[in-house]
Amino acid sequence: MRVNVVVNGEKRQADNVWEGESLLYVLRERLGLAGSKNACEQGECGSCTVYLDGVPVCSCLVAAGQAEGREVRTVEGLADGDRLDPIQESFVEYGAIQCGFCTPGLLVTAHDLVARTTDPSDAEIREALAGNLCRCTGYEKILDAVRLAAARKENA
Amino acid sequence: MTRAAPARSPQDLAGTVSGGIGASPLRPDGTLKVRGEFAYSSDLWHEDMLWGATLRSPHPHARIVRLDVSRALAQPGVHAVLTHEDVPGENVYGLKYQDTPALAEDRVRFQGEPVAILAADHPEIARQALKEIDVEYEVLEPITDPERAAHDTTLPKLHPGGNLVRYQRILKGDPDAAADVVVSGVYEIGMQDQAFLGPESGLAVPDDEGGVDLYLATQWLHVDQRQTAKALGLPPEKVRLTLSGVGGAFGGREDLSMQIHSCLLALRTGRPVKMVYNREESFFGHVHRHPAKMYYEHGATKDGDLVYVRARMYFDGGAYASKTPVVVGNGTTLSVGPYNVPNAKIEGWGVYSNNPTCGAMRGLGAVQPTYAYESQMDKLAAALGVDPADLRIRNAMSEGSTNVTGQVVDFPAPVGELVQRLKDMPLPPERTGAVDIRDLPGGASNVTHGEGVVRGVGYGVTIKNISYAEGLDDYSTARVRLQVIGGEPVAMVHTAAAEVGQGLVTLQQQIARTELGVPRVTVHPADTSVGDAGSSSASRQTYITGGAVRNACRAVAEAVYALAERRLVRPATGMSLAGGKVVADDGEVLTGLAELLGDEVVEETREYHHRKTYPLDPETGQGDAHVQYGFSAHRAVVDVDVELGLVKVVQLDCAQDVGKALNPDAVLGQIQGGSAQGLGLAVMEEIQVVDGKVRNPSFTDYLIPTVLDMPPMRIDVLERPDPHSPYGVRGVGEPPTISATPAIANAIRAATGLELPRVPIRPEHITGT
Repeated sequence: MRVNVVVNGEKRQADNVWEGESLLYVLRERLGLAGSKNACEQGECGSCTVYLDGVPVCSCLVAAGQAEGREVRTVEGLADGDRLDPIQESFVEYGAIQCGFCTPGLLVTAHDLVARTTDPSDAEIREALAGNLCRCTGYEKILDAVRLAAARKENA
Repeated sequence: MTRAAPARSPQDLAGTVSGGIGASPLRPDGTLKVRGEFAYSSDLWHEDMLWGATLRSPHPHARIVRLDVSRALAQPGVHAVLTHEDVPGENVYGLKYQDTPALAEDRVRFQGEPVAILAADHPEIARQALKEIDVEYEVLEPITDPERAAHDTTLPKLHPGGNLVRYQRILKGDPDAAADVVVSGVYEIGMQDQAFLGPESGLAVPDDEGGVDLYLATQWLHVDQRQTAKALGLPPEKVRLTLSGVGGAFGGREDLSMQIHSCLLALRTGRPVKMVYNREESFFGHVHRHPAKMYYEHGATKDGDLVYVRARMYFDGGAYASKTPVVVGNGTTLSVGPYNVPNAKIEGWGVYSNNPTCGAMRGLGAVQPTYAYESQMDKLAAALGVDPADLRIRNAMSEGSTNVTGQVVDFPAPVGELVQRLKDMPLPPERTGAVDIRDLPGGASNVTHGEGVVRGVGYGVTIKNISYAEGLDDYSTARVRLQVIGGEPVAMVHTAAAEVGQGLVTLQQQIARTELGVPRVTVHPADTSVGDAGSSSASRQTYITGGAVRNACRAVAEAVYALAERRLVRPATGMSLAGGKVVADDGEVLTGLAELLGDEVVEETREYHHRKTYPLDPETGQGDAHVQYGFSAHRAVVDVDVELGLVKVVQLDCAQDVGKALNPDAVLGQIQGGSAQGLGLAVMEEIQVVDGKVRNPSFTDYLIPTVLDMPPMRIDVLERPDPHSPYGVRGVGEPPTISATPAIANAIRAATGLELPRVPIRPEHITGT
């Protein structure tokens, strides 16, 4: 089948999509957007998180056909050209990245939290990120990075 | 954090170039990673590539009666289906013993053992075609009890030499010594998984001359190259490996997974072949941490001085040897912990079974005994009626101590200080009045408002050998080039050392900046066109590859001084490099590097070898087996809902000696991440194996800590330089994983009064249901 999606503001088309393919597979293997990661294929780890019509979802759980005609924003669409989004900047600055495999999904989740919440408490941040597994960092520096990005938004 | 001055003068240059050692510059790969542009091995793509897939045994033990691939090969879109008969070289590999078939021949020894491989146009075509491979098995009784495997000679032999991989005994002082106070226990530890987030993957690209280039995620390029080339029947130079982005490792990438398979398929089809495991296959595609059963007895004087330790420990290696010999070596030599023990009798067995193969995981061979002896230390403290932290401080080893193998510790060993520092840290406030349920066991599930919840505090301390042991020549190679690019001196560092997330690329830049006094340093992709770097394991890369980069930089500096000597007609003595310039010992700037070098390229390759170590005496286990130790200690505070058996770790504090923090932020990252894995083993992580079969190969059923499970941490980093290591560094990565587990287990015991002899501690262990 053919799937039409708007990805990061651009109209894209994928042909010969097999019915069983996920949105994640189409993004990674058919549209060349390998930023979203496949780590569990069960919606448990959050590494494949993207915005679908503005709502964060695990793209491994979305059938490609379900995305027909909808808008997708991936980690590749967070930065404005060369300018990183503040959440990306704070992850780099705080060393919230080790292997980085969980980073794209975490960034989309954290981006959403910072966008919709003013001055999030630690409990709110933890709850928001609870669906994103990280095996390297122990989360401490990720929490620091999200706090920083939230604070910067307050002061912006 | 204290920042001790570096041991010798060139380090002073760090002040003139920012981002040198002792600083925490940004990761060079950080921006790519946040943009989603960093190329992990699973992201690789090649025009015309095929997808590889692996058929695995459903049985833990079986004879292969018939294997027919013809139906699979006839499927449209399938380009090759291969079995052991298609392996042109030796169909056997292994890190320590050559005992693992690349593809099973007449027998399978674990559930998930690779039997056949194929390549197809689409991953789904490949997956469906696997079902068309016709295999007839004669199912055999699996061997699943490691103690029986060690002692019962009537069991069938899984390998020609029998079912024992290694036995090691250690005798010190009077093995039959008596003591006033004696405590004993039998401790078990479940099978933990590395659970790196980026599953096994890579891309093999055939060349036109019968060779192959393999792009992959691994921990050790050269050992993969040697093993793969042997199976392919090719000289190593025809099998070239390049490291791609690695999504975590933690030991799970030390053994081969898809390396031989992808190359076989690429060479057969003449097309690039990509292999990517999914999460379920990943659980079967790599080795795990050895489960263990350990019998311990500690004797002490009534004043609390340890008199003896006697222990018997069984490590289940599963189907193939992998790192089992090393686990037995580490497990026995580290069996009494970081304590002074005058008398000991220790025995360790590593065995074959039909359980999943076990091998390297962070804390190799030290995680199991640490859990046991730290449980014993609390039991002993209770028997003596003393504070558990004080008992540890009283018996702590220090510089000059003699360990259980008779080796004298000739570097700082501030074990007592680590425990004292933890003891002095403030405890979290007691819960009073209304509480946020999210802070309680069960969290937002709203299962308690504090009723039935009790609090406990526990300690855990560990000793871990750093780097390879027992006589192995452990080394790394670095090539450093200095040249002028765009009018500026630029250094390039090239090693085969694997960046697996730990930050080795940052560190290589830091060392080169410091040694060469140039701000711009690039890191060449790691590949096999430069000498061996050894594995990114055993907490060794900062030490060993760091040492090689330092040595190569110093050789480059010497070559620059010689050049300056000729050009400036003055002796090279006393010259140094700082701020992109050659400086005399009185501080006079002699020349700019750019001006001196012009078009010249200075390039040097050097190795670093650590101090010699020695094998253990096979009878007494005595010997100078280890080059360095890492020490860490944790204090855990837990809340336990005794009615539901739920645990909330409230706080997890850590004190660790790192010798010298070359990158303080990265050190903290290692301690935080390592502690999380130790927490996982304490309360949730276990591959559940029944009759040799894995029951939970998914992230739905194998749980790793989330951000809700990880408590805040207070971390105290000590820097007591090791006089024998480059810059005084001490390996950092493993110790915090090890000491976190017993600290949490001891805290849960303190809260509940239960014995809890097994980790992970499950709710039913606490409720007794």
